Amino acid sequence: MKTVQFAAKFEFLDEIREYVGNIARESGFGDKDVYNIQLATDEAASNIIEHAYENITDGVLELACGVQGDIIKIILTDHGEAFDPSEIPLPDLKADLSDRKIGGLGIFLMRKLMDEVHYESRADKSNTLTLLKRKR
Amino acid sequence: MEITVHEFKHCDMIKVKGRVDSATAPKLAQALEAANDGGKYKLVVDMSELEYMSSAGFRALLGAQRNSRRYNRGEVILASVPSRIREALELAGFTELFKTFDDPLSAVGHF
Repeated sequence: MKTVQFAAKFEFLDEIREYVGNIARESGFGDKDVYNIQLATDEAASNIIEHAYENITDGVLELACGVQGDIIKIILTDHGEAFDPSEIPLPDLKADLSDRKIGGLGIFLMRKLMDEVHYESRADKSNTLTLLKRKR
Repeated sequence: MEITVHEFKHCDMIKVKGRVDSATAPKLAQALEAANDGGKYKLVVDMSELEYMSSAGFRALLGAQRNSRRYNRGEVILASVPSRIREALELAGFTELFKTFDDPLSAVGHF
């Protein structure tokens, strides 16, 4: 599994999407899956940059990505505040326009688009978010 | 991401080209706000050359829809939504909040 480091800034989201997209494409994932893998990874990374590294300007985001058999595995590691996506309430997708809350939507999309999402926060301030998707 | 604005008699068309993510969505939000601030509330977002949109872009659209529909003064409608983006909008429950049109001209004709 190859690991790359990115400065935890939104302007690197393009490169992050390209990185996972290339690996997924080379491994035979179809266009729709590639798009969705990129979207889920973007949402995960955006969330880390926005929340785990809130008020931290020099944070580092480690991105590992590899394919084994039919499964692509993406691991995002940060050293910021613990931020467990499963603790974020699901957005109300039926709410009226005026009541519609946007918070949690990225997390919701990430969970919907991937087959599995795991989060682990260690005492040494290293948080890992693992995303898995099977080839259809 | 590139944004171009075309003014029509009954609405403004905001064309978004390229990729909208957390880095670029603020620019889209600003363009939509600028239209609202200029008294334009009937807005077509032309997505025909949009390659990618994350939830950050959805957030920008939602804010503009809220502001535009207030007092029944208008609405934001979407034209030529690429299939991947449409699927994500559907997943997010956003297709109920926006009328969508197959092409920009019929969207403009809606107003």
